[in-house]
Amino acid sequence: MTTSLERRNALYGNDLACYERMVEIREFEKITNALFAAGSIRGTTHLAVGQEALALGMATTLKPTDVIAGTYRSHALALAFGLTPHSVLGEIMGKATGCCGGVGGSMHMCDTSVGVLPTSAIIGGGMPIAAGAALAFQVQKSKNIGVALFGDGATNIGAFHESLNLAAIWKLPVVFVCDNNVYGEYSRINTTTPIDDLHIRAESYAMPHMAIDGMDIHAVRKGIGEAVDRARSGGGPTLVEAKTYRFSGHSRADQALYRPEGELEKWQKRDPLLVTEQDLIARKLITQDQIDQMKSTMEADLGALAKKVESDPEPELSAMFSNIWTPAKAGK
Amino acid sequence: MTAMRVRQAIVAALADEMRADENVIFFGEDVAEAEGPFKTSEGILEEFGPVRVRDTPISEMGFTGAAVGAAMMGLKPVVEIMFIEFLGVALDQVVTEGAKMRYLSNGTLSVPMTIRASVGSGLGFGCQHSQTLEHWFASTPGLKVLMPSDAQSAYSLLRAAIQDPDPVIVLEPRILYAERGEVDTSKVTKIGKASMRATGSDITIVALGHMVNIAEAAIKAAGVSADLVDLQTIIPWDRETVLASVKKTGRLIVVEEAPQSGGWGSEIVATVTAQLFSSLKSAPFRITTPDVPVPFNGGLEARFAPTSDDVARQIKHALSQSGAPQPWWVAEGVAK
Repeated sequence: MTTSLERRNALYGNDLACYERMVEIREFEKITNALFAAGSIRGTTHLAVGQEALALGMATTLKPTDVIAGTYRSHALALAFGLTPHSVLGEIMGKATGCCGGVGGSMHMCDTSVGVLPTSAIIGGGMPIAAGAALAFQVQKSKNIGVALFGDGATNIGAFHESLNLAAIWKLPVVFVCDNNVYGEYSRINTTTPIDDLHIRAESYAMPHMAIDGMDIHAVRKGIGEAVDRARSGGGPTLVEAKTYRFSGHSRADQALYRPEGELEKWQKRDPLLVTEQDLIARKLITQDQIDQMKSTMEADLGALAKKVESDPEPELSAMFSNIWTPAKAGK
Repeated sequence: MTAMRVRQAIVAALADEMRADENVIFFGEDVAEAEGPFKTSEGILEEFGPVRVRDTPISEMGFTGAAVGAAMMGLKPVVEIMFIEFLGVALDQVVTEGAKMRYLSNGTLSVPMTIRASVGSGLGFGCQHSQTLEHWFASTPGLKVLMPSDAQSAYSLLRAAIQDPDPVIVLEPRILYAERGEVDTSKVTKIGKASMRATGSDITIVALGHMVNIAEAAIKAAGVSADLVDLQTIIPWDRETVLASVKKTGRLIVVEEAPQSGGWGSEIVATVTAQLFSSLKSAPFRITTPDVPVPFNGGLEARFAPTSDDVARQIKHALSQSGAPQPWWVAEGVAK
């Protein structure tokens, strides 16, 4: 069985593998959506369709020993960073085979073998955590860095400002990545925030900042790479704003009827899969036929996986009482 | 009487208060244009307009604190917290600021604000979106904490909360939003007054929120004659009604959707035990959740909050033996 770390390592220096992972994420989210509609998934899901390039760009810029604190829109991050579709879908379906043993659910992905800290369902919740992880690396004189991934809406919450300020004064090895997908829950960012370019907020913390095209994996790698290099070499934190677009509603409950007409269509022309396909075809790394084949194979494979996961074991009752506290050491 | 869903009863109560008092304003995340993620503000923006009904950024500390300030200056703000956990980032403004303003102004300031928040397990939202958290607030003097159990109480309690001159938190069991019930819009509950869901002679069951419905089903299943006290207000709680009932029945069970440690039910059991010790026929006890986060898995989550089967088992125990029964996780040997 392929481990998360093997899946992560397979991506480095391999643009074709990155594209395939993006296809995996896209098809995975389609299946998640269908399973939810069919009643096989309970609770809620927050799809990351359209945000694949950012996830892959980060996964291939960071090392597996770096850590990232992400959000409830967690599936793309998890798959890109290496978690297997089985462990992600298992978690979404509450199975014992899920990455959190089925007690976390769709919003809570975690795999410490590839640096994915538990994703938070609270806006901004992961930001101080990422700064704190970076503090540990600084104290330990490690070369690892911390990364916070959060949405545009989080830039209006106290944790954003407090984390940035703290990271700036302590010069922490952390990168703050704002996935500006234009919508915070049901509200367009311009209705909740008086500025368009969110990254300029770093100015007041004397922190380097930039906007990047979050739909293009190369642009993501370039921007995040610069921030990562700065953090790793002792230069302190950076705020990176990735301009993306949320192709789905906020959660399953949201049909996103509030979008201005034509906005989705405009962004779909910048669909990260499309952008990557054009690049790979131009570089003669893949043909349209191979792309079509890859997509249909992925769809079939994940469909088969979904059937398998549906019959995976449920967690034991004891799972409800596990991992509340750290077990006492033997002999004490 | 009008048949409505719980969420519609909430809309009706808010609308009625906004019609009655122009100082009532309402804001929260996606409550105006989108009419609330749980559709608890349908038509409110349309009727009352954008000055009184506002969407906020995702800034709970900012807008909850703004409600405290606006309340001190004469408005009656109602804020919606989508999931009670989101109040965590605003706790200072509620517990340390809002609840203390009257005290710190020598009684010259009041904070007539209402915080509405959805709470509770059972819907698969995971451990960061499924708690009830009433105990976060129940030990803060200056706050009033309410929880409805059906459409009528959702309506009546919210109206009472908005009319109240002090900061009130209304915790709405999310699992009930779609439930239907008859609502008499002339009824406004008195804060601090419990409601009798059923009356009987053998035992007193005190419950809150959705647990009232669970207890009602358990009483039927156990086939016993019980007083079912819907507490409705956690602070200040209705000592008079609870003590009178237990004095009559001699037995008490409190049913709580909250962890075993630190729950409000301990306060009830302690008070009843201290004041009615010699009238008790069996040990008063609490039925709670185990001390664990809310698990996502459906099978596990179904066991998290007290179930009617388990409450019925424990009611029967209380009527046949003088000692308290073990919680299910001990009885089944799953945990200590």
